[in-house]
Amino acid sequence: MSAALLLVVGGLTAVGLYFLTGRSLSRIVLGYSLLGHAAVVSLILAGGGAGEAPIAGQAAPQDMSNPLPQALTLTAIVISFGLTLFLLALAKRQRVLSGDDLVEDDIEDRRIADHDATSATASSDAEIQASATADRP
Amino acid sequence: MTALISIAVIAPLLGAGISLALRNHPKRRDIAVLAGLGLPAASSHALLATVAADGTHTVAVGGWAPELGIVLVADMFAALMLPIALTTIFVVEIFAIGQRKARWGADAALSGPLMCVLTSGVSLAFLTGDLFTLFIAFELILVSSYVLLTHQGTAGQVRSGMTYVVMNLLASTLFLFGVAFVYSATGTVNLALLAERIPQLSDGVRLGIGTWFLVVFGTKAAVFPLFSWLPDSYPTAPTTITAVFAGLLTKIGIYAMIRFHTLTGMDDLGSVMLMVAAITMIVGGLGALAQSDIKRILSFHVISQIGYMLMGLGLFSVAGTAAAILFLIHIMPVKAVLFLLGGLIENNEGSSSLDRSGGLAARKPLIAVMFAVPALSLAGIPPFSGFLAKLAVVSAAIDASATVVVVAGLLAGALTLLSMWKIWNAVFWSKPVADPSPGPAVRNGIKTMHTATALGVIATLIVSLLAGPLLDLSTQAAEDLHDRTVYIEAVRS
Repeated sequence: MSAALLLVVGGLTAVGLYFLTGRSLSRIVLGYSLLGHAAVVSLILAGGGAGEAPIAGQAAPQDMSNPLPQALTLTAIVISFGLTLFLLALAKRQRVLSGDDLVEDDIEDRRIADHDATSATASSDAEIQASATADRP
Repeated sequence: MTALISIAVIAPLLGAGISLALRNHPKRRDIAVLAGLGLPAASSHALLATVAADGTHTVAVGGWAPELGIVLVADMFAALMLPIALTTIFVVEIFAIGQRKARWGADAALSGPLMCVLTSGVSLAFLTGDLFTLFIAFELILVSSYVLLTHQGTAGQVRSGMTYVVMNLLASTLFLFGVAFVYSATGTVNLALLAERIPQLSDGVRLGIGTWFLVVFGTKAAVFPLFSWLPDSYPTAPTTITAVFAGLLTKIGIYAMIRFHTLTGMDDLGSVMLMVAAITMIVGGLGALAQSDIKRILSFHVISQIGYMLMGLGLFSVAGTAAAILFLIHIMPVKAVLFLLGGLIENNEGSSSLDRSGGLAARKPLIAVMFAVPALSLAGIPPFSGFLAKLAVVSAAIDASATVVVVAGLLAGALTLLSMWKIWNAVFWSKPVADPSPGPAVRNGIKTMHTATALGVIATLIVSLLAGPLLDLSTQAAEDLHDRTVYIEAVRS
């Protein structure tokens, strides 16, 4: 197992997780793709060392690299590519609707919390929406 | 037999394709969707009968050996889940067709085909015999659920959809990491081979894998503390979509957990599971009490009920697993029907908020009666299926002398009853609101929706009536899971 690739997995995971904790959806998209790459590289790593291309007749079976994780990886890459596009579409839609692409709080949760704290100062949805917007970093 | 297994996965996909092609012919499109969902629902009952008579059956897709290829395994556990899950989806889709006629439902051209794709994923998740295909099945379910949840593109749906999508994407990526860990530790992703190889690993590696998948499946199942995405996202979707999500999606997380953790012999994780189960039940129950919107109360119930199934699994006894399986059979139709009724109430009151509704029992006694049955069942009142399922879980826990979790379970039952009482009081018994907000008064299609809901209520009653035989079958499924050799030999041969 290659130490360099292990370091790559670790680095990608760390950076990916850091981006995922952000509020802006475009950072989350970046984080998700980096994390996806880390998962894919670790799948390849799980298949053992590198070898000849696993094509029947071109190399002896014992010299070939393990084709199964490669097949799994290919599937995973396709899925994560499609989902990245979906996330981007969602970010675009959020931008059209609210002018930014920030992930927002649960409005109902905030309403219940406010209700407990001040018992009915914030009542209309518009006020809560306004306070939610004001509290964003 | 091969046909009975394959049809559950293939027919919904065909239905999705055909209904997409027919998107400009509403009638024929609906027929294609209903056929794509109804055919596997019908054949899954035959599959259950065959498996009960002949035992586990497998299909090696493409004829590959189990180490290399994809195996579909119809053991008793999978065969029990399929009919109830597919029938629930079918009933909800009938409701959706009524809703489209009434013009307040989901966008018809997309939601029907997407529901078919989701169904195919559900079948695949139940039947698959390897971890990577389980990942694919989860993705099939999740991708269609992402689109179903957000395709109308309203501000509320995009807002809550983002939390849902990001949380589930993270869980899926963790799943992929888990597959890599398992493959590098054992050299296979086939569940039957894993059942042989994982127990031989050193304790550290074995428990690491077990805990990792507990987190992965726990996020899908929305257990404490991984449930934050659920109560915000479910209520914003159209009724039928929420009904399917609430009825099935979290349960598939629990299904995967029962399948993986019993087959690989993770008994030592039981105490962690019991602790998580106890907190999940209490937090879900308290959360439901704090809400003032029907759909949100019901969403928190989804969380608290998950705790009971985790509790059954965490005992790692045949009785406990059997109780968890019976609970799965009970909860799928009950939960879906409750959300359908929430939709009907919303239709009549113009809102699902408790403050803006009242006096519905006098105006619509039929809805009140239909609501009472699954509500009492969910709260665990005899003689409904919820009582029997909870009794099975609790008595299994008492046998294992897990006192704390029993107390938590009983307390959560009381909390559920209390919050159901809150809905009942506000919606059905309180005085009508002076100026009820005008609901969409489209009569056309309402009959179909009522019929579908009535069918769902009848299905929950049938589960209550057949609880005895179903518990016997669940016990057999649990014995096979804990024995492991049945599963291994079926895949090997």
